[in-house]
Amino acid sequence: MSNTDLEIIVDDPTAPEPDSPAVCSTRTVEIVVSLLLLALAVTLGIDNYATGISWDDTGPQPGYFPFYLSVILGLASLFGLITTLLARAPSDTFVTRAQLRRVLLVFLPTAAFCLAMQVLGLYVASFLLISGFMRFVGKIAWWKSLLTAFVFTAIMFVTFDIAFDVIMPKGPLEAAFGR
Amino acid sequence: MEAFGLLLHGFAVLMTWKIMALMVIGLVLGIFVGVLPGLGGPNGVAILLPLTFTMDPTSAIVMLSCIYWGALFGGAITSILFNIPGEAWSVATTFDGYPMAQQGRAAEALTAAFTSSFIGSLVAVLLITFLAPMISSFALKFGPPEFFAVYLLTFCSFVGLGREAKHKTVISMALGLLIAGIGMDTVSGTLRMTFGSNELLRGINFLVAVIGLFGISEILLTMEERLALRGHAAKISLRTVINVWKDLPKYWMTLLRSSVIGCWLGITPGGAIAASFMGYNLAKRFSKDPESFGKGRIEGVFAPETAAHASGTAALLPMLALGIPGSGTAAILLGGLMVWGLNPGPLLFVEHKDFVWGLIASMYLGNVVGLVIVLTTVPIFASILRVPFAAVAPMIVVSCAIGAYAIQNAMFDIWLMLGFGVVGYIFKKIGIPLAPFTLALVLGNRAEDAFRLSMIGSGGSVGVFWSNGLVGTITTIAITLLFWPLIDRAFAGIGRLMRPTPASA
Repeated sequence: MSNTDLEIIVDDPTAPEPDSPAVCSTRTVEIVVSLLLLALAVTLGIDNYATGISWDDTGPQPGYFPFYLSVILGLASLFGLITTLLARAPSDTFVTRAQLRRVLLVFLPTAAFCLAMQVLGLYVASFLLISGFMRFVGKIAWWKSLLTAFVFTAIMFVTFDIAFDVIMPKGPLEAAFGR
Repeated sequence: MEAFGLLLHGFAVLMTWKIMALMVIGLVLGIFVGVLPGLGGPNGVAILLPLTFTMDPTSAIVMLSCIYWGALFGGAITSILFNIPGEAWSVATTFDGYPMAQQGRAAEALTAAFTSSFIGSLVAVLLITFLAPMISSFALKFGPPEFFAVYLLTFCSFVGLGREAKHKTVISMALGLLIAGIGMDTVSGTLRMTFGSNELLRGINFLVAVIGLFGISEILLTMEERLALRGHAAKISLRTVINVWKDLPKYWMTLLRSSVIGCWLGITPGGAIAASFMGYNLAKRFSKDPESFGKGRIEGVFAPETAAHASGTAALLPMLALGIPGSGTAAILLGGLMVWGLNPGPLLFVEHKDFVWGLIASMYLGNVVGLVIVLTTVPIFASILRVPFAAVAPMIVVSCAIGAYAIQNAMFDIWLMLGFGVVGYIFKKIGIPLAPFTLALVLGNRAEDAFRLSMIGSGGSVGVFWSNGLVGTITTIAITLLFWPLIDRAFAGIGRLMRPTPASA
């Protein structure tokens, strides 16, 4: 009997549609990123110039090294901008609408988790993120989602707070238990 | 011989139940992140780094390096069984590994991959054992100009030898160096690039950036694609292992060649990707039957895996001996050393013998234990892929957040991590490489300090970088490497001009 008689098949019920329309091209994103980097280089260059880019009794002033790095960053970004603008080859799709929707499906809950962490503490926010994500994004059964979230959060709590004494942000629930 | 004695001492340091247990945990976690689609060595090490914050440096580095070995082993599982290279350096393994799996020889291909990984790493660890102490004792004579020249060599070789568009590598590196400079200037105490923000006073921690760039961005990228898999299951029997090992002497030349290529490209920042392709291509070129490559030839698995793992391991040599990482993952490990208050570089061999030799000994032991674990547990790890990504993704996000917060106990770092996650996602999609960024972030302050000290010493003359044979040679090589693509093109042009045209022949 060969070893390949068994196959592992994993399906993805939330897969993005292959024919989803493009939101933007890679060329557009490259132009925007080059412009942003150029703006950053100019801002940092001005700031470092103000800090001091010449020499004093102690050698080069604090802005000297980062100023010239800003110049290098600016020149490289400008080069990237020009080559992208002059490129004639058709550009790839940066992201399709379906792909963007899936990226936001992770990004938005992650941002909400970061916000919740400030109010509810790390462990409650983690429990909500894991159970909510599994249930609403992964369409996994409620009981599995809640159980997984509880077990994972409990393991994290025991590992970091109890075993290794790493202090994590706490919220009202932990306060109610006196921690 | 002295190295041998110190290595034995290193083994003695490791022989505690605690460290052995951490080694196994590290390997298992590493194989886990290696198998999971979208994750890999650097991401795994970055995400799991917080687990080690409260450990003593030796335990921590042993666990982290074992996560790294485990991830390297795990990558081969998906390449061979699912035709999904977890990392770019596993691409060449799929050329012959997946056809072998399709022919019902998955167990043979996996054994070949794990064995060659082990051999590649072993050769590189032997090199580290005997070369690193010599380089570090030589480097003890270095002054600031020599150190800056070595940093310059590292940066220039990334630009000159990298596969990516040169301006993108420069952008990545300059941005990393600038971010490293945010906060209080270490020499004068002046604030730089903080724009009045109290949060930026302490600077941007390297690990926060890395966790965002590698961990969060990878989750965003992985989610974007269809997470469906279809592949082969495999179980490795003792008989298969013995049969593959019996045939090893037949491929000694391939293994040796790939090990040498891997070690060379690991020490220089050529990297594991270049090593694996070069190993594969050379094995094909020197083969008596090159046509059979790509159709399920075991040598096509041996060659890239040996080279990639020799390279991944050898990248730790400059990190240990000079404090200059040879790869992105080595840079993250180096950041870890700094978290534990260790100063990587030549002094490490003098001041922290237990640590250095414990780490080197763990490379030997970790590879042996890792080989045994992967050979015996392949079916379990392959079945990890059945766990829905919707369950894995939020757990990784939580682990990243814990890591980012734990470094400085600052909520601001959580938002920075998220921001770097988005930057990493965009950079990866438009081809701006992240390894030079990581390297620049880690080395930024040291490079600036070395530069400033050199300039102060010389009264502002850049001639200090050519003031003696050693520093002059390193600086000249650095500049040559920076312009290497132009030099290469010029040589090719001259070659074309010298060649007689068909009409004149």
